[in-house]
Amino acid sequence: MTVLDHPAAQTWPPDAHAPRRDPAPLLPDAEPVRVLGTKALAEADPELLRELYRRLVVGRRYNQQATTLTKQGSLAVYPSSTGQEACQIAAATALRATDWLFPSYRDTLAVVSRGVDPLEALTLLRGNAHSGYDPYEHRIAPLSTPLATQAPHAVGLAHAARLRGEDTVALALVGDGGTSEGDFHEALNFAGVLNAPVVFLVQNNGYAISVPLSKQSAAPTLAHKAVGYGIHGRLVDGNDAVAVHSVLSDAVAHARSGKGPVLVEAITYRLEAHTNADDAGRYRTPDEVAGWQQRDPLPLMERHLREAGVLGDAEVEQAAAEAEALADRMRAMFHVKPELDPLSLFTHVYAEPTPQLREQAAQLAAELAADAEAGAR
Amino acid sequence: MTTLAPQAAPASTATMAQALNTALRDSLREDPTVHILGEDVGTLGGVFRITDGLAAEFGADRCLDTPLAEAGILGTAVGMAMYGLRPVVEMQFDAFAYPAFEQLVSHVARMRNRTAGRMPLPITIRIPYGGGIGGVEHHSDSSEAYYAHTPGLHVVTPGTVGDAYGLLRSAIASDDPVVFLEPKRLYWSKADWTPDAPVPALGKAVVRRPLTPGSGDTATLLTYGPSLPVCLEAAEAARAEGWDLSVVDLRSLVPFDDETVCAAVRATGRAVVVHESQGFAGVGAEIAARVSERCFHHLAAPVLRVTGFDIPYPPPMLERHHLPSVDRILDAVARLQWEQ
Repeated sequence: MTVLDHPAAQTWPPDAHAPRRDPAPLLPDAEPVRVLGTKALAEADPELLRELYRRLVVGRRYNQQATTLTKQGSLAVYPSSTGQEACQIAAATALRATDWLFPSYRDTLAVVSRGVDPLEALTLLRGNAHSGYDPYEHRIAPLSTPLATQAPHAVGLAHAARLRGEDTVALALVGDGGTSEGDFHEALNFAGVLNAPVVFLVQNNGYAISVPLSKQSAAPTLAHKAVGYGIHGRLVDGNDAVAVHSVLSDAVAHARSGKGPVLVEAITYRLEAHTNADDAGRYRTPDEVAGWQQRDPLPLMERHLREAGVLGDAEVEQAAAEAEALADRMRAMFHVKPELDPLSLFTHVYAEPTPQLREQAAQLAAELAADAEAGAR
Repeated sequence: MTTLAPQAAPASTATMAQALNTALRDSLREDPTVHILGEDVGTLGGVFRITDGLAAEFGADRCLDTPLAEAGILGTAVGMAMYGLRPVVEMQFDAFAYPAFEQLVSHVARMRNRTAGRMPLPITIRIPYGGGIGGVEHHSDSSEAYYAHTPGLHVVTPGTVGDAYGLLRSAIASDDPVVFLEPKRLYWSKADWTPDAPVPALGKAVVRRPLTPGSGDTATLLTYGPSLPVCLEAAEAARAEGWDLSVVDLRSLVPFDDETVCAAVRATGRAVVVHESQGFAGVGAEIAARVSERCFHHLAAPVLRVTGFDIPYPPPMLERHHLPSVDRILDAVARLQWEQ
């Protein structure tokens, strides 16, 4: 007789802490969901497919141009999402205008894809302000640098929206490294307990800077982490833009209908280094990168859509022209040096500056006046 | 429903705990966006009963029992504040708030600044703090210096029953995050008080004990929160020594009221800063520096500090040796070279 067969075990546990849910329906898909190269592609809306393709092309060019701007010294740092564009654009296209996006520092492209001006989206990384865009205008929280700390914000916002009777959904973007942080755990736990309409998208690109996933987590997949919190886990091919859009849209609809939060793990790859300051050659082989280039979301999409007869030369050329126009615009925008007011340093620390800040602002103003006078002489 | 101090029939005397409970109740009644969240704040009413009866009156959504996770509690409050709510967070004990420190310094304190004023976070973070109640390890820390060192936070601590009510109302009404430090050893202190007393603004110190002109050598005690009653007692005891001590209650550490503090110090030329947290790199060091910078030519002696020792908070059977006492304060006053 095992311990569990013992008669006393039959009446245990008492109601207050009995298992409440069958974990099986929460378990993620056995294989990552794919649409490209499957019969499901034929059922997709051709307009949507062309739109996703167009956004992929423009997004890739955006990543390239931003990286170039770092080399020219116009941008302080850029964590490229080249290779991860399918996740970025899906994050934007799966949401309604009334929903909220909670991006991390690698998600600038998701922010731009949601409609933020490319220059405003890059102010943090350019170094002229912490957040260029108005969070309420676009319903996008500022880019978060501390890992996974924005995830509980998404839960709180989704919870507040539901308290107000609105059907807003919050989408939090986290990387594979971020899933190791305590805030990720606490956010999932709160989301499950509050049944908050929130979706977590983990972009598993294989590395937290240099540390591979095998040293980050012992879980079968990162999507499995959902089950322990009583929420649904989904696994998707992160380089298949149609699949990511589809799974994320389902997750958002699930959350919106009050069925609870969802954790989506998208398996993808960062084709570039962590940032322009990183040497990825120290921790991964050219063979590995070459292998993932075969799975590059952009040619993958183009090939399958051409085969399906959804995409022709005209659309491809049109997308390329749009991408080039964006790159031109970015170069022109960064050519102009921003005019910054040093006294703005004191403006937004508190609703009203403290007496101490007023004194310090007066000191800086006097220094600036003296500088101006010296310059005038 | 437990009604400790109903708005309609104000109690003539109340404990600080009752005053805080009334402040929360009045804020919940007046403003539907006010939401309380924390561990044990609902059915139990908080381990110190500060939220007693609030879930019953306002519902589980307005007074939310959360999972036990301080970063999660504060992080969730951030999202709620982003969506137009006015969260009041309870951290159960001083040292239990440390897991939420990253949320506090990396997001709560600077969201207004990060977004150029577009996303203010009107969150009140209530933290029972300080010792003197025989609490075991991790239940008696004085953490005010960590918070006061973080730009973007207001740091407030009441020393009287009336201020507990008034400052908490002001904190909840503030459009900026406020760390509201509740001196837990004063929770059961009683005073005459009615909830319709005027509500003090954040950032204003008050002279709790003015000088009695012509009554002896004078000095100013600068203090706040749990050390206020100790300083008032010391000032009474000092009469026997022929000293007349004024006592300034800072109430707000950020913003700091230089004006009231410096006026009080200039009147006496001698000052002692008293707080129970450790002295090294503490709030007292900041106060002593500010007073020295602004009042140097009025000072007859260096600004002294009477603080806790620079040790982890001691076990309860030894805490009386650590906490600033009346004798230690009087010793410092004596060291201010009265003979000269």
